[in-house]
Amino acid sequence: MKKTAQRDLFPGTLEMMILRMLKRQPLHGYALVQHIKRTSQDLLQIEEGSLYPALQRLLKAELVKAEWGVSSSNRRVRIYRLTAAGAKHLQREVSSFERMLEGITRVLAVGES
Amino acid sequence: MSWLTQLFSRRRLYSELSEEIQAHLDEKIEELVAGGMSREEASHLARREFGNVGLTEESSREAWRWPSVEDSLMDVNYALRTLRHSPMFTVVGLLTIAIGIGANAGVFSVVNSVLLKPLNYPKAEELVALHQTAPGAAGLADFENGLLLSPSMYFTYAEQNRTFQSLGVWVTGTANVTGLAEPEQVRAAYVSDGLFQALGTPPEVGRWFSAADQIPRGPETVMLSYGYWQRRFGGDRAVIGRNMMVDSRPREVVGVMPKGFQFVDADFDLVGPLAFERGKLILAGFGFHGIARLKPGATIADANADITRMLPIWMDSWSNGPGTNPHVYETWKITPILRPLKQEVIGNVGELLWVVMGTIGLVMLIACANVANLMLVRVEARQQELAVRAALGAGWTRIVRGLLVESVILGLMGGVIGIGLAYAGVRFLVTIGPANLPRLDEISIDVRTLGFTLVLSVVSGLLFGLIPALKYAGPRTSFALRSAGRTISASRERYRARNFLVVGQVAMALVLLVSAGLMIRTFEALRTVEPGFTDAQHLQLMRISIPDSLIQEPERVTRIQHGILDKLAATPGVKSAAFASEMPMEGFDSAWDEIFAEDKVYSADLIAPLRLYKYVSPGFLRTAGTKLVAGRETTWSEVYALRPVVMISENLAREMWGTPSAAIGKHLREFSNMPWHEVIGVVQDVHEKGVQERAPETVYWPSLMSNLYGPGPVGAVRAVTFAIRSDRAGTEAFLNEVRQAVWSVNSNLPVASVRTMLEVYGKSLARTSFTLVMLGIAGAMALTLGIIGIYGVISYTVSQRQHEIGIRLALGAQGGDVLQMVLRQGAKLALVGVAIGVCAAFGLTQLMRNLLFGVTAYDPVTFAVVAVLLVLVALLACYIPARRAMLVDPVVALRYE
Repeated sequence: MKKTAQRDLFPGTLEMMILRMLKRQPLHGYALVQHIKRTSQDLLQIEEGSLYPALQRLLKAELVKAEWGVSSSNRRVRIYRLTAAGAKHLQREVSSFERMLEGITRVLAVGES
Repeated sequence: MSWLTQLFSRRRLYSELSEEIQAHLDEKIEELVAGGMSREEASHLARREFGNVGLTEESSREAWRWPSVEDSLMDVNYALRTLRHSPMFTVVGLLTIAIGIGANAGVFSVVNSVLLKPLNYPKAEELVALHQTAPGAAGLADFENGLLLSPSMYFTYAEQNRTFQSLGVWVTGTANVTGLAEPEQVRAAYVSDGLFQALGTPPEVGRWFSAADQIPRGPETVMLSYGYWQRRFGGDRAVIGRNMMVDSRPREVVGVMPKGFQFVDADFDLVGPLAFERGKLILAGFGFHGIARLKPGATIADANADITRMLPIWMDSWSNGPGTNPHVYETWKITPILRPLKQEVIGNVGELLWVVMGTIGLVMLIACANVANLMLVRVEARQQELAVRAALGAGWTRIVRGLLVESVILGLMGGVIGIGLAYAGVRFLVTIGPANLPRLDEISIDVRTLGFTLVLSVVSGLLFGLIPALKYAGPRTSFALRSAGRTISASRERYRARNFLVVGQVAMALVLLVSAGLMIRTFEALRTVEPGFTDAQHLQLMRISIPDSLIQEPERVTRIQHGILDKLAATPGVKSAAFASEMPMEGFDSAWDEIFAEDKVYSADLIAPLRLYKYVSPGFLRTAGTKLVAGRETTWSEVYALRPVVMISENLAREMWGTPSAAIGKHLREFSNMPWHEVIGVVQDVHEKGVQERAPETVYWPSLMSNLYGPGPVGAVRAVTFAIRSDRAGTEAFLNEVRQAVWSVNSNLPVASVRTMLEVYGKSLARTSFTLVMLGIAGAMALTLGIIGIYGVISYTVSQRQHEIGIRLALGAQGGDVLQMVLRQGAKLALVGVAIGVCAAFGLTQLMRNLLFGVTAYDPVTFAVVAVLLVLVALLACYIPARRAMLVDPVVALRYE
């Protein structure tokens, strides 16, 4: 039986989180996953692979850019950084997401107070 | 990054992606190993947490693609590959489609150029033909041209109207040009002021006629057609201002019209001004075609009302001479029925072309059905492949799309070949140039035709692809895997689509064959009509006119014509020769007038019935083969003595006096101060306007008469068609001798319109024969495709049922039983198709009612013959596979299991 805690993310959420992480610092794929997991304190179950299609979509939309570099463990990795367009996009997404979240919260809170 | 560099750097992108993912996994594994896990365990865990690597890569790549486009490209690729792998199917299918599309594109280009494209004048939609009828004018009303305009009508309309920007009249004729090369008779058009202004096409060089050119006895001017300008003056622009001899008088060239310019549908070499003498005009003289340009916003109804308003003004403003009542024309009930000029040009060809387009469309449907059948067979053979693809996860929409892409590609390839065929066909059509097809030189394959072909290719591709696609790629494919390879006799359902197609094909073929059959019957009926002349093939015609500027005295004109006849008669191989003002079916605007009989009473307030009249030389009847019903022919001595004699047609004699013999000795005249002419001969009815038309009542005057064209001195008919009866007619040597004979009498006489009577006769049948040929082609194509269709289905069924037939034979069925069984199946399909086709044909042949002659649209003979023929042919098509079924060896058939 499926664990109820494990639900799919809203569409676009993963991209939003990636952008948010990259806003703080440029990262490569593996580090990104670790950061998201750690920051969410393992509340979010993310299939690690699903990161890559999302990254490709962001690359194509030119919200992030990538260049080859060396990781802390001395591997050749691709390091992603936020572009100006990405930063703007993130801002828009976050505010619209917060509005949606607030709406959902209000609806869920009906009759409980 | 632009999409283009993306496209090309994609391969690099993909390999980088793999590398990146591998690095991810390695890093994770290393971390886990460092945390104390075994390498093997770590590798498992890393992969589990990462998810499906292949899928991740695939969907990562997807971010870079335009999925629909690329899937389609893949489909196209796949389709091309499958088509290449079954060349037989591809070639047969492609040919069927290409021929179908080619025929349709060809006919469409004709329809488009003739019916749809606007005429070649600026703002052509404003142009109207001043068409009017006179239902009260007996003898005239049934003829296609209606009532033409008289010069006085032209002046009234041009000056009093409120709805036209400009208006003019024109008429065709011939003119003799001398002094350039050999004397030459050319086609001329004569126009009034206002005509060029209405048509609006600017001249290529020089100017239009001005009002000054229209002043009688004013400056004599002429305009040239582009073709004549090129031919005679080499396109020299300095021709403007030069004089040329037209009908032996010098005329100044003032302008050249551009290439492709025509008066409605008339080709011409020269244009002259009509130069009416206004002071001498009377009400009558209805011989001019009128064209007007509507004022912006004015409708045809407005213009009709405007002309109705002007008719009384016309009758009040002019007269037919002292003592006549100008309002007699009220009894004619002259009614304007203006119509768009385009309609005037197209004439009755519109209906014909739409019928041809419709039949060719049906052929296309039959071709589609055939290809659909082929596709069904093929898809059936590929059922396992499709089922495997479905089982491997291809969505059924994807499979349907794949099949449709394949059929659309087939359609498009067929379209490309078809355009080539259509191009060749149209070139051929323009070369043979079926007479009576207007705007022939405008026919071409243009953008609209290409667009039509593209749409047709795609639509037909979808059409014949959809049936197999929906049938076999549906969600139920899974059972195919189970049943494939088992030799079961197929369920009825399996054949339903195919049977449906064959029944449809037979039905459509029947409709086309019935139409073609009706045209054959029409043609036969026309051939049996006695036209009023015999052995047209051996009757040589040529036209010679003697202008008064060349020979002044009328009697000398007749003597010269007579001299030519004598010379012609002396030419080897000539049995007899004669002339007439026009031969039957030559297509001139004929002359009609009131004819009065001495022993009848005519009211002054009525206009007597109009009769066609023409002038003939002695010996004309014998030469043309027109039978003399009673009395005798005129003689040369009577002609020169100006004896008042006349011959009339049998129908006129019967109408006036009951019997042909009763008419002999009676007297006729055309206008009041003409001497009474004695009827000396009654002549067989002649179909002057073509065999489809009723033979008009006709009066045959001698060619030299006192007051020929009206009150006045002696006159002779100057433009006549010579008819020469000879077995050598039409041969080049003979024509040379004939020309020499003419020039030995007067070397200045041009010889024009040299042809045999058979050509004239053929031209009058051109509309019917053109329809016949087109429908014949369509019918033959339909029959062939239908036979192939039914043969294909039956032989496929037999091959599929081989096992079952083997069992039957093993259980004791006789070969004959099997043969019968198969034939019965074919016959059932054919009969159902024929029954549906007969019903459809009953409705559809109504559309071609106006093309028929001497046969009804429901002609039972045609229907019966075609139905029986179709069933027999279908049985024949079934017989070959049926025999194969009979010869099935049960042992072999059963061993396959």
